[in-house]
Amino acid sequence: MAEISLRVNGSAHELDIQPQVSLLDALREHLGLTGTKKGCDQGACGACTVLADGERINSCLAPAVQYEGREITTIEGIGHPLQEAFVHADGLQCGYCTPGQICSAIGMLAEHKDGMPSAVTEHLAVTGGELDDAEIRERMSGNLCRCGAYNGIVSAIREVAG
Amino acid sequence: MRSFSYLSAPDVETALRVIADGEGVKFLGGGTNLVDLMREGIERPATVVDITRLPLTGIEELPGGGVRVGALVRNSRLAADLLIRTRYPVLAQAVLHGASAQLRNMATVGGNLLQRTRCLYFYDGAAACNKRAPGSGCDAIGGFSRGGAILGASEHCVAAHPSDMAVALAMLDAVVEVESVRGVRRIPIADFHRLPGDTPHIETALAADELITAVELPPVPVAANSRYRKVRDRASYAFALVSVAAALNVEDGVVTEARLALGGVGTKPWRATEAERALLGAPATEDAFRRAAEAELAAAVAGPQNAFKIELARRTIVATLRRLLTEGSAA
Repeated sequence: MAEISLRVNGSAHELDIQPQVSLLDALREHLGLTGTKKGCDQGACGACTVLADGERINSCLAPAVQYEGREITTIEGIGHPLQEAFVHADGLQCGYCTPGQICSAIGMLAEHKDGMPSAVTEHLAVTGGELDDAEIRERMSGNLCRCGAYNGIVSAIREVAG
Repeated sequence: MRSFSYLSAPDVETALRVIADGEGVKFLGGGTNLVDLMREGIERPATVVDITRLPLTGIEELPGGGVRVGALVRNSRLAADLLIRTRYPVLAQAVLHGASAQLRNMATVGGNLLQRTRCLYFYDGAAACNKRAPGSGCDAIGGFSRGGAILGASEHCVAAHPSDMAVALAMLDAVVEVESVRGVRRIPIADFHRLPGDTPHIETALAADELITAVELPPVPVAANSRYRKVRDRASYAFALVSVAAALNVEDGVVTEARLALGGVGTKPWRATEAERALLGAPATEDAFRRAAEAELAAAVAGPQNAFKIELARRTIVATLRRLLTEGSAA
């Protein structure tokens, strides 16, 4: 067992866990924060997306012990205009992927603001390009929605990105 | 997942000593491949040494125009770096075409070089796989082979190498710097990944006690005019069926320099030296591009399900060169 201190949504939590426990399981099973969802558990769906020091990651592939000292933000710690926008734009049906979509979109907007290019960015040397629908779709491709609410998700993000 | 002991290495020296002295020790970087393989029972380390706190996170310009990239630079940081984007646009593009943004935020440069194949039979514990269980055979041959390699395969293994980043590194003649308690070695990227031959479980030239510390990019002026093109089953977030890293210089309608590497089709990141030879001094025309692609793909061996890759690779090579010629680099 390993004794670690995990900072989640602004609070420190002392945990005594095995090193093989993922950050996802630590959040859900040890801290009762079930907003973060387990989809594929192999980094292929994005349902488990959380923010670590503001960067989006797949918590299912993250050993919790590796994230000691990092500031983890889950959907429970988020109050963001994106949440209202997802509701207005029908960016969900069953809602299972939504916490991951929201966390991912917050991370994505920060990346874009920082000048991070994407696979569809036309000129890599130019920073600060427009976040159009093609960019949003590419940058959000790590989050699957099996209900297929993608059009609503894109328009919700576009609305908030302004 | 099997239990293991965990240690976070405070410095390179400690990491190297633990792996030299212990049995079944694995280094943990971003975890995006290793954690998955551990969960599947394919990797079963007794001890995991977390190396993400080591000071190997710099991207530095070298005298002479090259760039040194620390092994623990995250894939997203590499792709975002303006020096990389302008001097080696093919590398930034290749990285951005791999995985998802979440995975790129986690994955390291060193780990990307060591990622293992996504061959379905490698992942299926009930199937024969010489890579996973040496000597057990290869169910991929004659099996569902859509994702399989057409270049560099053997009768023992047809698994395609999954990395996008490494394809660009192959094109750039990158050098992999590795370190152990025995000292430092510099391995040219062409020698870093091995062909499967009759030992497909041995995938790289890295010794069991070595740590990748950096990747060095030599000065490659032609890389200023470079691109990466990836063809896959969906528009994003999928492994390559075929990918092409290319750089091209043309003067007075004649190719004066060309570099080409392929992904998705080789058992290792595939430097297309035959195609490069055919291009050098040739007219910069669609015909010459096609002949160069055909020169490389003459050695391709495919099964019924991946035969399409030969034609797809040919067309993707031509399309990538054409775009370099007409539109210039991705920068």
